[in-house]
Amino acid sequence: MKIVAIDRKGESHTLEGRDGWSVMEILRDAGLPIAAECGGACACATCHVYVEGGWFEKLPPRSDAEIDMLDMALAVEPNSRLSCQIVCKPELDGITLTIAPE
Amino acid sequence: MDAAIETDVAIVGAGPIGLFAVFELGLLDLKAHLVDILDRPGGQLTELYPEKPIYDIPGLPMVLGQELADRLMEQIKPFGAQFHLSQMASALEKLPDGRWKLSTDAGTEIVAKVIVIAAGGGSFVPKRPPIAGIEAYEGKSVYYAVRKMDAFKDKHVLIAGGGDSALDWTINLAPIAKSLTLVHHRDGFRAAQHSVNQMRALVDEGKVKFHVASVKALHGADGQLEAVTLADADKTERRHETDAFLPFFGLTIKLGPIAEFGLNLHENLIAVDTAKFESATPGVFAIGDINSYPGKLKLILSGFHEAALMAQAAFHICKPNEKLRFQYTTSSSSLQKKLGVA
Repeated sequence: MKIVAIDRKGESHTLEGRDGWSVMEILRDAGLPIAAECGGACACATCHVYVEGGWFEKLPPRSDAEIDMLDMALAVEPNSRLSCQIVCKPELDGITLTIAPE
Repeated sequence: MDAAIETDVAIVGAGPIGLFAVFELGLLDLKAHLVDILDRPGGQLTELYPEKPIYDIPGLPMVLGQELADRLMEQIKPFGAQFHLSQMASALEKLPDGRWKLSTDAGTEIVAKVIVIAAGGGSFVPKRPPIAGIEAYEGKSVYYAVRKMDAFKDKHVLIAGGGDSALDWTINLAPIAKSLTLVHHRDGFRAAQHSVNQMRALVDEGKVKFHVASVKALHGADGQLEAVTLADADKTERRHETDAFLPFFGLTIKLGPIAEFGLNLHENLIAVDTAKFESATPGVFAIGDINSYPGKLKLILSGFHEAALMAQAAFHICKPNEKLRFQYTTSSSSLQKKLGVA
């Protein structure tokens, strides 16, 4: 599956996702500027992304823990997600997201 | 200012690796002082994931972040390390006698023979909202913490956020502010339920205004706010007059003054050798997430190993005329005496 990630300069990066891995891990391993300070424990809100173009609705809903943690994120929008909570799977092929500002 | 503290080793960072360094140094009779910007030991363990499970600590199939910090504190208790908390290590200076002086932003000065940087990703500092020009207002009318409540007396105060800090300060400042407005991106809060109830009661009594909204722009001059632009949930923007703005979005990790220590950082990491975990600056060691070397893994267990080897090298610097005898805690009565078990 492919992930299209738009960085803070507006540049688009097409990344190869891995089934079962979190989108945060794919962004981080690609060297994109995502802090992910807690390493994927849904505990820091520094892997915040905006899920674009209809993909937001295709994702499983946010857990209570993610909703709570988004309270610590900056510039939250209706399509905000923590990328450590999005798990790669074939149905998400082409998912497009923008890295939120620091 | 008090006279400088003198010790063997000054450790920057009281996270798990800084704490375990105290243990390894202590077994070799080296005394340590630790500096940390947080108000309690544990670093990321206690600040980021106190209630999250960790599964890769050898011998502990599962341990919570807070529990690991507590256990490390118990393990190093016999060595009486001194903690300088809520302070940021701000400067490092080499003294003419070959020792180092580590200074903090609270005025503490520690003179040590060895410096150990165990700072993880750096210092935990407040998250700064991505609003253009906010820096110009910081400390004058935008604050990330409340030092003196009186500063907000008879002021129009705007608070943003949905966690405990945002709600606690809404509740505490509402009685003294001229007006208090709370904004958050949703009508729901991760804060303690009793705080949420108290805040909602203040809203019902008309003492606090709450809006589902976010701050998009700041307006004012010379650091003094006059108003902000608020965007409501439907993206409608409007001007909101305010004297002060307090954003509370928790902490994030920034490298901070370590970058100015003259340690030749590369991508915010300190290169070390893998025999001693010493930086290119003799006498300054780096262990844990802050260091880099071929094959580095950012794991707590790797940091523990690095601490043990660092301590061996630190011994030779601190006690150049003494011979280091390698011993096991299981069999050495002298080590057991240090641990208070024999």
